[in-house]
Amino acid sequence: MKLTLHVWRQRNPADAGAFATYELEDVSTHMSFLEMLDVLNQDLIAKGEEPIAFEHDCREGICGSCGFMVNGVAHGEQPGVTVCQLHMRHFKDGDEVTIEPWRAKAFPIIKDLVVDRSAFDRIMHAGGFITVRTGSAPDANAIPITTENVEHAMDFAECIGCGACVASCPNGAAMLFVGAKIAHLGLLPQGQPERAARALRMVEAMEREAFGACSNFRACEAVCPKEISISGIARMNKDFRRVALAGPAPARGKRR
Amino acid sequence: MKLDARVPGGPLADKWSRLRNDLKLVSPANKRKRSIIVVGTGLAGGAAAAALGELGYKVTAFCYQDSARRAHSIAAQGGINAAKNYQNDGDTIYRLFYDTIKGGDYRSREANVYRLAEVSNAIIDHCVAQGIPFAREYGGYLANRSFGGAQVSRTFYARGQTGQQLLLGAYASLNAQVAAGNVTVRPRTEMLDLVVIDGRARGVVTRDLVSGAVECHVGDAVLLATGGYSNVYFLSTNAKGCNVTAIWRAFKRGAAFANPCYTQIHPTCIPQAGDYQSKLTLMSESLRNDGRVWVPKAVGDQREPGDIPEAERDYYLERIYPSFGNLVPRDVASRNAKKACDEGRGVGPGRRGVYLDFADAIGRLGEHVIRARYGNLFDMYQMITGENPYRVPMRIYPAPHYTMGGLWVDYYLMSTIPGLFVLGEANFSDHGANRLGASALMQGLADGYFIIPYTLGEYLAGAKLEAVGAGHDVCRSVVAEVEARTAKLLAINGSRTVDSLHRELGMLMLDECGMSRTAPGLTAAIEKIRSLRDSFWSDVRVPGEGADLNQELEKAGRVADHLELAELMCRDALQRNESCGGHFREEYQTEEGEALRDDQNFTNVTVWEHGGGDAPPRQHTEDLIFETVHPTQRSYK
Ligand SMILES: Cc1cc2nc3c(=O)[nH]c(=O)nc-3n(C[C@H](O)[C@H](O)[C@H](O)COP(=O)(O)OP(=O)(O)OC[C@H]3O[C@@H](n4cnc5c(N)ncnc54)[C@H](O)[C@@H]3O)c2cc1C
Ligand code: FES
Repeated sequence: MKLTLHVWRQRNPADAGAFATYELEDVSTHMSFLEMLDVLNQDLIAKGEEPIAFEHDCREGICGSCGFMVNGVAHGEQPGVTVCQLHMRHFKDGDEVTIEPWRAKAFPIIKDLVVDRSAFDRIMHAGGFITVRTGSAPDANAIPITTENVEHAMDFAECIGCGACVASCPNGAAMLFVGAKIAHLGLLPQGQPERAARALRMVEAMEREAFGACSNFRACEAVCPKEISISGIARMNKDFRRVALAGPAPARGKRR
Repeated sequence: MKLDARVPGGPLADKWSRLRNDLKLVSPANKRKRSIIVVGTGLAGGAAAAALGELGYKVTAFCYQDSARRAHSIAAQGGINAAKNYQNDGDTIYRLFYDTIKGGDYRSREANVYRLAEVSNAIIDHCVAQGIPFAREYGGYLANRSFGGAQVSRTFYARGQTGQQLLLGAYASLNAQVAAGNVTVRPRTEMLDLVVIDGRARGVVTRDLVSGAVECHVGDAVLLATGGYSNVYFLSTNAKGCNVTAIWRAFKRGAAFANPCYTQIHPTCIPQAGDYQSKLTLMSESLRNDGRVWVPKAVGDQREPGDIPEAERDYYLERIYPSFGNLVPRDVASRNAKKACDEGRGVGPGRRGVYLDFADAIGRLGEHVIRARYGNLFDMYQMITGENPYRVPMRIYPAPHYTMGGLWVDYYLMSTIPGLFVLGEANFSDHGANRLGASALMQGLADGYFIIPYTLGEYLAGAKLEAVGAGHDVCRSVVAEVEARTAKLLAINGSRTVDSLHRELGMLMLDECGMSRTAPGLTAAIEKIRSLRDSFWSDVRVPGEGADLNQELEKAGRVADHLELAELMCRDALQRNESCGGHFREEYQTEEGEALRDDQNFTNVTVWEHGGGDAPPRQHTEDLIFETVHPTQRSYK
């Protein structure tokens, strides 16, 4: 089939960037979306042009590297998939497809479709963990956990950190991402001792970055390739409010 | 080159605990003064960096992805083994050790494998404490599933995303150490060379993948946990970025490479759909429990599967292996699929595929049962192929998946360069000639959490390390070499893309150094690889600049190293005049066409030392001594 692509090209963070249009003559319906871009890139290189930069690694929807807007929707219109799992059979001959990077203040563009998501890592550094020294754990079966809780925790733990939630939120909020981690650890007995401190530190870290506030648009939930529920945000708010009302976090040597 | 595996004395089961009694320790005050470089943040590197940070070392960890959380370990699906015996089904540390040694076709070191089994239980304890939501039974206790090569149920799992959850656990522990100020993570930074000063590994030279800056980082020891090299085949189940560069550069600086030809080709993957194919997707091996593998009996039969009558189908695994049928081990299943396709009986586009048919199982059990067992996998298959496997048989074909070979390490996980340690898939240590399912995750975490924190201390306490700075002469000259290589790649400006050369290499390797190998094929392949390497260095086109995010440049550097590694793999396969595990030499098979080991001459590890410049590599061997188990012939008939 034939396709017309409008792709955002931007040499570096300082460059203003603009859309470039490419006509593709012979796209197989069996290709994945990224393979379609690979083929275009091979042509561009042959013509002496620079290929389109886009991030990817596993190409099976689990590493969270890939992600950009396809016709205005994060990862494209198919529900529950990342853009590396999107296949060309969902397009038809003659389609025009617009491809642009995540647009969010907290995710500056590095080049073409590649953005800087390191703000996510900084939030995780602040508190996205359970403190446990290697070798100090009790037997794994010492604490039974109901299947219900474990499955619920797993629903949140599936987050791949791709950033689609932030890019789709009109405010550029990171609530779904942060809420997912807080909910995952907060649902498990192992996560209880640091639960309050974790919520405080992660929310504070989130506020230090350029993310916006949540106004319940639920756009994040709609595009999440792992279909993570916004109920994680409610859990985060609850944990956060509890500590915020109780005063400063317990002293802990160095404040994180 | 002197190869001393430094295996401690005493009975097998006591070696590790005895060694720990004797290991030298580094005092807390001195740990703070020691800086450790960890390359790779997968299960092995992430776990090591976190555990060493907890001990108080100053750690810098590097990865090429934009976040430590995205290492290829994230893609592992099935699970992780441990000898917990929570099922009360007779598992023990010895049994896990024995299954792993046998699964590796008696080509691994007993003491290392025993230690792996010994620390496996502590891994599960630690991971649960980190908050990893492993599957549980209704009473709230941990659940297990069965995996190939074992008669007990010892695999722990988190849905189909065990690797993801384990890696997020290691990443969380790493984050805790970043918060504590002990670990610095440098994402989007690729190691391009190793710095060896006075015979010891003292640093790495890296390229910042965004700015292009080439820098030297020095430390008291260097740990490589950079994963496997299945991408030498271009198409594999590995992430696109997986590469051999870090260990290859170390090889060229003097670290020996062991068993490079031992690779695992996984039988159940979705076949290639076209020339544009960029990677292959693994389908869980568990499908072979209910699916029946077949091809048409007649060569060139192009009818739709539904139009081929029962009498004209060849259920070849059931025919050749009546007692194991569709459940033969990975290497046997893969080899037979290739054979059927080589005979012209392959199915689907390109005729490189065989059917995995669920019609019988659906008829017998009902579609709902099959859906409950494999629903996710069927959905994934349909998403990729557009075909409904409840209606038409799946098509599968083997794909490169894991590399057992890697840098040679001793019992301390130290390479032949003092101060250079190698962990996870990047080393050769535990899987012999074939790896069992669910044991790579176990090994990566064992190396990182429970072995290196002990053995590294012994090295640091015993070594006299002069202070070196990034301005050291050796650092400067290695930086200059790396810069010159980058400039050279950019200057060729030829007519071929990196991918086209890589694809050509991959096809050649799959044909000649893949599922089955022959002396003439390997000899010819070596010549072809050399000429492909010449084409690369005279005709590759790498667009763009060095001082910029340049993904083609990144790929070019990796492919250049794969082009060198490929030759060593073929040499290694050529000298190993036997068949064992994933290494099948057609000349060495039983009358029934099964792998024929030569224990007399090849109960050893082949260890290659770089020859310097263009000189051929030098071959050494480490003899494997079996004190506890007795090698036997595998049979699945
Ligand atoms: C699809 C799939 C499914 C699997 N399922 C299972 C399973 O169920 N059970 C099991 O036990 N095993 C499984 N495996 C195997 C297992 O996942 C891997 O062997 C294991 O995760 C490797 O871990 P690692 O830490 O050694 O390396 P990796 O996870 O590959 O990490 C390598 C790290 O090194 C970094 N790196 C590499 N080169 C450089 C460089 N030059 N400079 C800087 N950084 C670099 C990368 O950025 C990354 O951080 C599976 C593998 C695949 C492909
Ligand atoms: S490339 Fe890994 S999720 Fe898309």
